Amino acid sequence: MEDNSEITEKQTRKPLLEVRNISKHFPGVQALEDVSLKFCPGEVHAVVGENGAGKSTLMKIIAGAYVPASGVIILEGKEVEFSHPEEAHEMGISIIYQEFNLLPERTVAQNIFLGREPTKFGIINTRRLNRMANQVLQEIGVADMVKPTTMASELSVAEQQLVEIAKAVSLNARILIMDEPTAALTINEVKMLDDLINRLKERGIAIIFISHRLSEVFDIADKISVLKDGKLVGSLPTSEATSEGIVQMMVGRILDHYYPPLGTPDDFGEVVLEVQNATNDYLKDISFELRKGEVLGVAGLQGSGRTGLAKALFGVVPFKTGTIKLNGKNLGLKSPSKAIKSQMGFVTEDRKAEGLCPKQSIRDNILLTIRSIQTLFTPISRNGIKNDPSLVQRLGDEVDIRTDSYEREVQFLSGGNQQKVILSKWLASESTVFIFDEPTRGIDVQTKASIHDMIRDLTKQGRAVMMISSELPEIRGMSDRILVMKDGRITGELPAETSEVDIMLLATGQNGQNGSKNSNNTGEA
Amino acid sequence: MTTTSASERNIKSFLRTIRIPPVYYFLIVIFLVGGLLDLFMAGGQIFGNPKILVNILVRSVALGIVAVGQTFVIIGASIDLSVVYVISLTAVMSSYIMQGDPKNVPLAILMVVLMGAVVGLVNGLIITKLKVNSFITTLGTSLVLSGIINSTFSNWAGSVPRSYEFFGYATIGPIPISVFVLFLVVLTGSFILSRTKFGSALYGVGGNEEVARLSGLRTDRVLIIAHIFCSITAVLSGLFIVSRLRAGAPWVGPDGYYDLESIATTVVGGTLLAGGKGGVWGTLAGVLIFSILDTTFNQLGVNPYLTIVLRGLIIVLAVASYTIRSKQEAA
Repeated sequence: MEDNSEITEKQTRKPLLEVRNISKHFPGVQALEDVSLKFCPGEVHAVVGENGAGKSTLMKIIAGAYVPASGVIILEGKEVEFSHPEEAHEMGISIIYQEFNLLPERTVAQNIFLGREPTKFGIINTRRLNRMANQVLQEIGVADMVKPTTMASELSVAEQQLVEIAKAVSLNARILIMDEPTAALTINEVKMLDDLINRLKERGIAIIFISHRLSEVFDIADKISVLKDGKLVGSLPTSEATSEGIVQMMVGRILDHYYPPLGTPDDFGEVVLEVQNATNDYLKDISFELRKGEVLGVAGLQGSGRTGLAKALFGVVPFKTGTIKLNGKNLGLKSPSKAIKSQMGFVTEDRKAEGLCPKQSIRDNILLTIRSIQTLFTPISRNGIKNDPSLVQRLGDEVDIRTDSYEREVQFLSGGNQQKVILSKWLASESTVFIFDEPTRGIDVQTKASIHDMIRDLTKQGRAVMMISSELPEIRGMSDRILVMKDGRITGELPAETSEVDIMLLATGQNGQNGSKNSNNTGEA
Repeated sequence: MTTTSASERNIKSFLRTIRIPPVYYFLIVIFLVGGLLDLFMAGGQIFGNPKILVNILVRSVALGIVAVGQTFVIIGASIDLSVVYVISLTAVMSSYIMQGDPKNVPLAILMVVLMGAVVGLVNGLIITKLKVNSFITTLGTSLVLSGIINSTFSNWAGSVPRSYEFFGYATIGPIPISVFVLFLVVLTGSFILSRTKFGSALYGVGGNEEVARLSGLRTDRVLIIAHIFCSITAVLSGLFIVSRLRAGAPWVGPDGYYDLESIATTVVGGTLLAGGKGGVWGTLAGVLIFSILDTTFNQLGVNPYLTIVLRGLIIVLAVASYTIRSKQEAA
């Protein structure tokens, strides 16, 4: 009934899917409470909210992966109940999950049609399978980028995402749920996804879109619903929403600014990190400086070598030639342990895989690096190190880790809290140069702001920060200087507050799309 | 430069399309090394003797059949340690029921196949429904079975009729029937894995169970079927062994180390212990490698413990080479 204002649109506004009074709780947590929403065909309905607001839980209920504690799902006016995702599939509901869900050792076609292969008496017709996969890829306009017989492990992140979408489309979905589909995509790829969504919309598919990036939500969505702490705060057409309004609904207060003020010339000190003509297999001729007290932003498309640069500096995949000077000393940096001893800290992109030991306590995670650079048989102290027995408590207070006990396993913490644990682990080893790779990926708005504040605080205390990010607003909002990378090279250094357009021009090369895909074939021609 | 790399790429992509498991390179190397040793130390008596070559194949039958089943459960990211005692139980049960009378053969086979299916079903149910780790589950069922066998039979039990011995000894031309049976099992296994919906689902379950579930697969059912299949292959191995030995005894399974060896040959064959990748052709090559090694050294009169050392080295080397290879591919 609240859709009256949109009646001017040509599509019928009868809801295709409706959830009514849905509640769900997990041990100790009320994940959803009495949520009711309607989803119409040909409409992109964005569901936004902070981490832990219940978005993913709601989506899993709609997709049949969870069973709600109470409430009903109504599909085309009929009440339905799903006890297994297969049943939701059959009703035309597909979901693209936040984490990538492809089998690396199987081909694109095998992944798209997993469990639904064309068969005769249980025997798969491989040729038909590949043809069907190609058809789907053509339908979404990516057949020339992704081949049905390619192994999923050989695909880039963006290509994997396309295969996920192809999989969902191949289910003849009438309702398509996308959970953070753009988190790993670069700006060009997001544009492509937008086009794709518009095409799906024209076919009368109801799209449920979950994202942390509000700007995208405003670009794509027709309607926005906000969840907070498992409850529905409100639902309104995009035309009536403002981003301040949405943020206010999400966090319950107005955030007056997203980013702390940039550094001033007084903050910047001497050069702490100097890289000259450094090269390895993935990076060419890298030269730059990092000063005390500054945040150096590193922008670039996926695959431009941003993460490679961080890994090279930290000694994971070291440079082969060139010099790296840290605090004036010439360093080889051939291993992470050497980098840590040289007081460098690396906050990785993938928290679960590279940043934390999820099943260990907060305390052990904080003390991990400091312990690792001590001699192997140094007696360990429970809450700190020999010279500083209350280190954990002090660092925890400093970065404001919210927990009832430092015994808690970090896997149970929220993304923002996990990021704080990682940060304190590097503070414990007294790092003076910090490398952040996508520090706020998949983190909610409020925690994002507090992480930005923490990064700025580090520089205020005289530390130096290199921050890699694929979110241009974050690069612009945080960086005192901006490096732009493309194809393993630094293509430019830009001053603070350069426009997003100028950054993108450098990141993509002047002619826009690069032709690296085609250049591979020249050898065979 | 570009032309060589292009042709290299062509070769690589060709190898990928026909999918020869890399273990076959090992098999060729072992075969050549065995042949050279033979040439210099025994004047070519071993590899020039067709009887010994056939013997290498016959030696592979018992392990080969059960290793196909083991490959199935390992692709599904599970494991089966209970195969040894399924083999023993098959041997004693079948020879006890047969009692040397050909009339009892169908009943004996029916009973042991049923027994195998039940063991597989129980393994599968415990792993999927009670969510007990597969290593622990099958270790447990293995102990239970071993206790049952050893408390019931203490020595050779019954005997098989002469007519039943054809499984172990009859030949078609120069090739024993049992070798055909082995190839038939491998072919069937390969067909099921690569061409059927169940095979595809099994790779899904082993690769990532949550992905498989969210793709609408009944993952529990898939893994239970894989376990039943594995136990049935153990039964088949047991039926072959009892036909060779003419009677069953409780120790025939554990004496052959079929649990660890079937796992080792599967892994040497290129199947990932973590599941989701691999196949039975690789496993067959793994089994053949072990047989060639054993036969050659046996014939040359080399200290048997040295053979064991070599086996160990091969397992580690093979798996290390796959890891390095996949790292290169990733880079």
